[in-house]
Amino acid sequence: MDFLRPVTWEQALAYKAERPEATPIQGGTDVMVEINLDKGRPAALLDLNPVAELTRWSTEGTEIRVGAGVTYTRLIAELGPLLPGLAQASRTVGSPQIRNRGTVAGNLGAASPAGDAHPPLLASGAIVEAESVRGTRMIPITEFYTGVKRNALRPDELIRAVRIPAAAGPQYFSKIGTRNAMVIAVCSFAVALHPGERRVGTGIGSAAPTPRRAPEAEEFVAAALDWEGRSPLDPGAARRFGELVAGAAAPIDDVRGRADYRLHSLAVMARRTLGWAWNDYTGRGPA
Amino acid sequence: MTAIVRRSGGNPTNAPDGGLCLALSDMGSSEATLSSAIRTETTFTVNGRRVQMELDPRESLLDVLRERLGLTGTKKGCDHGQCGACTVHLDGRRIVSCLTPAVQVNGQAVTTIEGVAAPDGTLHPLQEAFIDNDALQCGYCTPGQVMSGLACIAEGHAGDDDEIREYLSGNLCRCGAYAGILAAVRETARRTDSRVGEG
Ligand SMILES: Cc1cc2nc3c(=O)[nH]c(=O)nc-3n(C[C@H](O)[C@H](O)[C@H](O)COP(=O)(O)OP(=O)(O)OC[C@H]3O[C@@H](n4cnc5c(N)ncnc54)[C@H](O)[C@@H]3O)c2cc1C
Ligand code: FES
Ligand code: FES
Repeated sequence: MDFLRPVTWEQALAYKAERPEATPIQGGTDVMVEINLDKGRPAALLDLNPVAELTRWSTEGTEIRVGAGVTYTRLIAELGPLLPGLAQASRTVGSPQIRNRGTVAGNLGAASPAGDAHPPLLASGAIVEAESVRGTRMIPITEFYTGVKRNALRPDELIRAVRIPAAAGPQYFSKIGTRNAMVIAVCSFAVALHPGERRVGTGIGSAAPTPRRAPEAEEFVAAALDWEGRSPLDPGAARRFGELVAGAAAPIDDVRGRADYRLHSLAVMARRTLGWAWNDYTGRGPA
Repeated sequence: MTAIVRRSGGNPTNAPDGGLCLALSDMGSSEATLSSAIRTETTFTVNGRRVQMELDPRESLLDVLRERLGLTGTKKGCDHGQCGACTVHLDGRRIVSCLTPAVQVNGQAVTTIEGVAAPDGTLHPLQEAFIDNDALQCGYCTPGQVMSGLACIAEGHAGDDDEIREYLSGNLCRCGAYAGILAAVRETARRTDSRVGEG
C-alpha cells in the first residue's frame, strides 16, 4: 500500500487525480478502524495532515469557512459562539482522544447516517467545498448525502472546506445514546432558528438511509411561531412539530435501537430543542 | 478482535546519535506480504529520542511502539479507539495510538507512559496519586488513564468531578477503579492549581 504525503493543496489534488482510488485520511478515526478490522485494504492512503492550510478556519462575510483539517476539539474551543449547533454536536463525538483527531470533513467523507456533524450542517444550510484538478464545486449539504455511507464526491475530488452560515439565532443539537459519552447516535436532531428569514432549519440523524431535513415540519413551525411578538411557544404547535419531524424520518430496527423507539425519541427531541431555542429567542431563558 | 500478528519488526538498537534505529532484516516469515509492500520513511521522537524507520502505512503507532520499539507500557485493549488503553500524547495532545498510522506522526513528538516519570525513576505526582488512591486493580488500563488524566489536567478540564468524569470518558476500566481514578486526578489537579496560585 502506498502512502502519499502531499504538503500543498495543489499536490494533494494532483495525487488524487492521478490515483482516484487512494483513500484520503484526515484524523483516521474512521479509516484506521476499517484497516484494523481488515475490512478491505485501501490501495493507497492520501494523508492530508501535512497540508497546513486545511487546519485553518476563517470568516467570509456571514459564512464561516472551516478547513477540512480542523479537529472537533478546536471547533468546540474556537467556534462555539459562531457555530453553536455544530459545536454542541462536536462535543458529543467519541471521546477527547477521538475529538483531538477527528474532523467534520472526515464525518462527511464517511457519510454515515449516524454522523453527528450532519444534523447541524443540515439545519444551518452548509455548503461542502469540493475540489479537484478540474475545478471547485460548491455542493449544498442537502445534495451531498446520496445513500448509506455514500456522498456526492467524485473519485478525483477532495473536500477542502465546509462553509457554514454563522448562527443568526439560537441552535440546539440533541442525541440519544446508551451512555453520556462515546456513543454512536441511536438517533439525533438539530434545530436552527433563522429569525431574519423567519425560517427554522432542521436536521435528522440516524433515522433514515441518509441524514435529512424535515421540510414539512420546518414550514409548519415557521408559520406557527410568533416571530414579531415573541410570545411563548404553543405546546400544541411544539407537539405537532415533533410529529412532523418523526414523519420525515424512515428509520429501521437495528442493533442500536428499534424504529418505533427512534420515531418516538425524534419527536421528543424535536419538541424539546425547539422549546430551548424559542426560549432563547424570546429571552425567557432555559425552558 | 483478531489475534493474528501481521507485523513484526527488528529490535531497536541504540544508534550512535543516541536515537533509535532499527534492523529491518530480521523479518518473520509472516512478513512475506509486507516485505514486498511499499515502506515509508518516517522520523519522529518518542519521549525525546529520535526514531527513524521505514514503515508499512498500515502499521499503527501502537504496534510500532510496542512491537518495534519495545515500549510495552502503552496497552492494546480494543484496537478500535474505544477503550483508551493506548492513549499517548502527540505534540502534547492526547490521542489513541491504535487509530493513528505511525507514518502520520512524521516530524512530530510522541510521549508515552515511559516518558512520564523523571529519568531517575521518580514518579510523576499523578502516578503517585494513583497509588495513594488505589486507582487500579489489574493495572491494564492504567497507562492510558494516566496519559489521559495528565491531558485532562493540562487542558483545564479537571475543574470538578463531573467535568473530570466527562473528560476521562474515553478511558474504560474493566476493574471498575473509577472512584480511585477520579480521586487521583482531582487531587493532582488541585495540587497543580495551588502551585500555579503560589507562583
Ligand atoms: C471510538 C470512536 C468513537 C466515535 N464516535 C463518534 C461519534 O460519537 N459521532 C460521530 O459522528 N462519529 C464518531 N466516530 C467516527 C469518526 O470519529 C468520525 O466520523 C470523524 O468525524 C471522522 O473524522 P476523521 O478526520 O478521523 O476521518 P478519517 O478517518 O480520516 O476519514 C473518514 C472518511 O472521510 C474521507 N475523508 C477524510 N478527509 C477527506 C477530505 N478532505 N476529502 C474527502 N474525503 C475525506 C476518508 O477517505 C474516509 O472515507 C467515532 C469513531 C471512533 C473510533
Ligand atoms: S486500544 Fe486504542 S482505544 Fe482501545
Ligand atoms: S485496573 Fe483493571 S482495567 Fe482498570
